[in-house]
Amino acid sequence: MLVLSRKTGESIMIGDQIEVKVLSVDGDQVKLGIVAPKSVKVHRSEVFESIQEQNKEALATPSDVLEKLKRN
Amino acid sequence: MNIETKFFGEVAIKKEDILIFEAGVPGFPDAQKFVLLPLDADLPLVVLQSIEKQELGFILAYPFAFKKEYSFDISEEEKRALQIEQEDDVVAYAIVTLKETFQESTMNLLAPIVINTKKKFGKQIVLQDSELYPLRYPIGLEEGSAK
Repeated sequence: MLVLSRKTGESIMIGDQIEVKVLSVDGDQVKLGIVAPKSVKVHRSEVFESIQEQNKEALATPSDVLEKLKRN
Repeated sequence: MNIETKFFGEVAIKKEDILIFEAGVPGFPDAQKFVLLPLDADLPLVVLQSIEKQELGFILAYPFAFKKEYSFDISEEEKRALQIEQEDDVVAYAIVTLKETFQESTMNLLAPIVINTKKKFGKQIVLQDSELYPLRYPIGLEEGSAK
């Protein structure tokens, strides 16, 4: 992992189209501004992790559940 | 060819029905080949079954049957990944998490499964606006015409 130190107001470039700027630092909370082309999706990593979790939960469906659905 | 399925035992499928999920499905990056199997129930549901892993069988809902105004944009990047040329090629589904009763069950509107039915590519995409559509939308609130 590449580690860079930045101060408030400073930024980094990822490739030549994505800019990540440190807007403010307050205790352990860092506010980031992200400038990226529309085609690049930006998410908090928790969102992606929650989708992985939800997929696993969805798979926990017992295989006899369809019988139940048909009866309802 | 025949495959082992989670819900239906052994099922015969056609090679041309195989859908390629190049990135797998979040949580299961290695599963790249799936088929859609109809559900023999009076509900707008289908099964997305991995042809390689029997236990990988997701129940999908046709989301518009449960939430009429559901809509989202597919990014240019995803259009390229799925080789989408026109809107008619695309079908969207939502993964269902079944609970004890169907009314308590939820579907994932935040990350729909998008399938290019013409080119046979699929992907679970994450919608940018995570505030608008929830990960666990209660399916019991049926709005559409289904059933």
